[in-house]
Amino acid sequence: MTTQTILPVNAEGLSALSKGSNEPAWLTENRLKALELAATLELPKLEKTRIERWDIQNYGSFKSVSPIASLAEAPESIRELIKDQEAGNLIIQRNSGTVYTKLSPELAAQGVIFTDLATAVKEHEDLVKAHLHTAVTADESSVAALHAALWNGGVFLYVPKNVEVSVPLQAVLLTDDEEATFAPHILVIADTNSSVTYVDNYVSGTSGKPVTHNGAVEVFAKSGAKVRFATIHQMGTNVTDISYRRAVIENDASMEWIVGEMNSGDTASDTYSILKGNGSTSDSKIIAVGSGSQKLNYTTRANHFGKSSESQMITRAVMREEAQAIINGITKIEKGATKSDGQQTEKVLMLSPKARGDANPILLIDEDDVKAGHAASVGQVNPEQIYYLMSRGISREVAESLIIYGFLAPVVSQIPLEGLRTQLQSVIEGKLGQ
Amino acid sequence: MATNFTIEGLKATIEGKEILKGINLEMKGGEIHAIMGPNGTGKSTLASALMGHPKYEVTDGSVTLNGEDVLEMGVDERARAGLFLAMQYPSEITGVTNSDFLRSAINARREEGNEISLIRFIRQMEAKMKELDMNPEFAHRYLNEGFSGGEKKRNEILQMMMIEPSIVILDEIDSGLDIDALKIVASGVNAMRSDDRGFLIITHYQRLLNYVKPDFVHVMMQGRIVKSGGPELAERLEAEGYDWVKEELGIEDETVGQEA
Repeated sequence: MTTQTILPVNAEGLSALSKGSNEPAWLTENRLKALELAATLELPKLEKTRIERWDIQNYGSFKSVSPIASLAEAPESIRELIKDQEAGNLIIQRNSGTVYTKLSPELAAQGVIFTDLATAVKEHEDLVKAHLHTAVTADESSVAALHAALWNGGVFLYVPKNVEVSVPLQAVLLTDDEEATFAPHILVIADTNSSVTYVDNYVSGTSGKPVTHNGAVEVFAKSGAKVRFATIHQMGTNVTDISYRRAVIENDASMEWIVGEMNSGDTASDTYSILKGNGSTSDSKIIAVGSGSQKLNYTTRANHFGKSSESQMITRAVMREEAQAIINGITKIEKGATKSDGQQTEKVLMLSPKARGDANPILLIDEDDVKAGHAASVGQVNPEQIYYLMSRGISREVAESLIIYGFLAPVVSQIPLEGLRTQLQSVIEGKLGQ
Repeated sequence: MATNFTIEGLKATIEGKEILKGINLEMKGGEIHAIMGPNGTGKSTLASALMGHPKYEVTDGSVTLNGEDVLEMGVDERARAGLFLAMQYPSEITGVTNSDFLRSAINARREEGNEISLIRFIRQMEAKMKELDMNPEFAHRYLNEGFSGGEKKRNEILQMMMIEPSIVILDEIDSGLDIDALKIVASGVNAMRSDDRGFLIITHYQRLLNYVKPDFVHVMMQGRIVKSGGPELAERLEAEGYDWVKEELGIEDETVGQEA
């Protein structure tokens, strides 16, 4: 069955928009080509999820935003996230554009670039052009194509060779105007032997009108680079979130994903490590809480090309009320990727009889000389455990929350940034209604 | 207030099968009662039914603690009223540290806003763990996860010492313990003896009773207490086994609810 994609913008409008923003000609051309593709391509195929029934046409249109001079002017909805960040490295996107960008002079002096992608296409054209849409390509699906056509604001992070950035760089991406397109693109390039930690939060305002977030992340970890990428999505019930995250990992480089799936609306996400180089490693931690009548599809992938490459993927999801989650883990080891090791675990804890979780671990191995393993479990809270805790005087509510936090704790406690860990804890508490 | 724990005519079933067939027992603060008996006679069922395990259904009888109806209470309410069961097979709970768990248990007995201070809690816990010769690392381990049988039992006693209940039921606390661990557990129990605390020790061996002297010994068979006496009864059971009791009472099969 072919589902006709309704384009939120026509070629003329898109071209005018791109030119109006003084984008380079190649980018305008890219966008127009992507728009053409969007009209012909199918929706992405999601395991056991009928995305064609989702409300994913709410793109709105591009609306320009006014920058803010200081964090005191930042919208109330993100104040907590940017507390004490006056001097910090921070980018804020609000709806279709970036409103705040700050990079410390020390990092700038070392050659670190941290700016919105819309600016980077002009100021760092060669770097952007060589990488943009090369990991998540426009021809994958109508969603990817629409993203390539429409992306706005965004983040560009470049860390030069041998530069080790010790403080995390932060971005906050906010949608609080349902009429404005919200499609940030995050592009991270960590050059040879560099290291960096990037953390972002996706949040929404109080509007109840439907919004589609169509986002993409591309990370390039060059030889020997270390990238830690943490993202917490905590958007409201009105936002449908489709996020593609992908990393290309070169020789001896390492990638670490920490993903907090804390949205209240339907979400499809795909977190994908391409272990291209020999000795490359990837570690993905996905922590998810579903509630209400959310439909969720989380996919984590590792694709091994390099010899002696290692991947580890862990997903822990708690589903309450009527939330339904499909959780896919796909480890693929290509022929020639000898001595590789790919491991994955998916665990789902369901808190109500109407909540559903489905864990699908998949191993695709085309090489003999490898190690690979998977484990998956889906279950309810164990009544014996509840009884044991209650027999010590702990109420049922507290007993349940201890068990839920306990279920997530082995992953949450591995998060190496204390601030992020605390923040995630509090988002989890909010999602669990405690 | 003098502790008084009374069980009258208690009957309980599991999956429709009657296991307890009318238990009568009265305990006062300061007393230690031992319930002995071969396997399969309903001893552990009694412990679980008293605590309110969801698998057991009480079909008749009453249980009161200081005049309050225990059977009307939820499991957590029973615990807060003063009941404590050291379990034969404590649950393992990943992700919940022993210390977080114990602190929640203590705070469950306190008013909101009057929670135990972290530092005081840690000091208390460390002191009690030392008494039980437990590795301090166990405070930060996940609850019972990867604990050996003996470590789990000690951890049950640690909880008892921290929670300070008024009625303590020890369900086969001695099984799987070597003699040194048994002595430590016994000294933990002895340290907790007081005029306002009663103990109900369920065991099928006499050996724990060498270290914790009971005031009353009851023999359970076929889901009933069939014989009661003083500490000398335990000694005779140890020396001669249970056959003489069966003979005296004309019991052929002492078990209850077991499939033939």
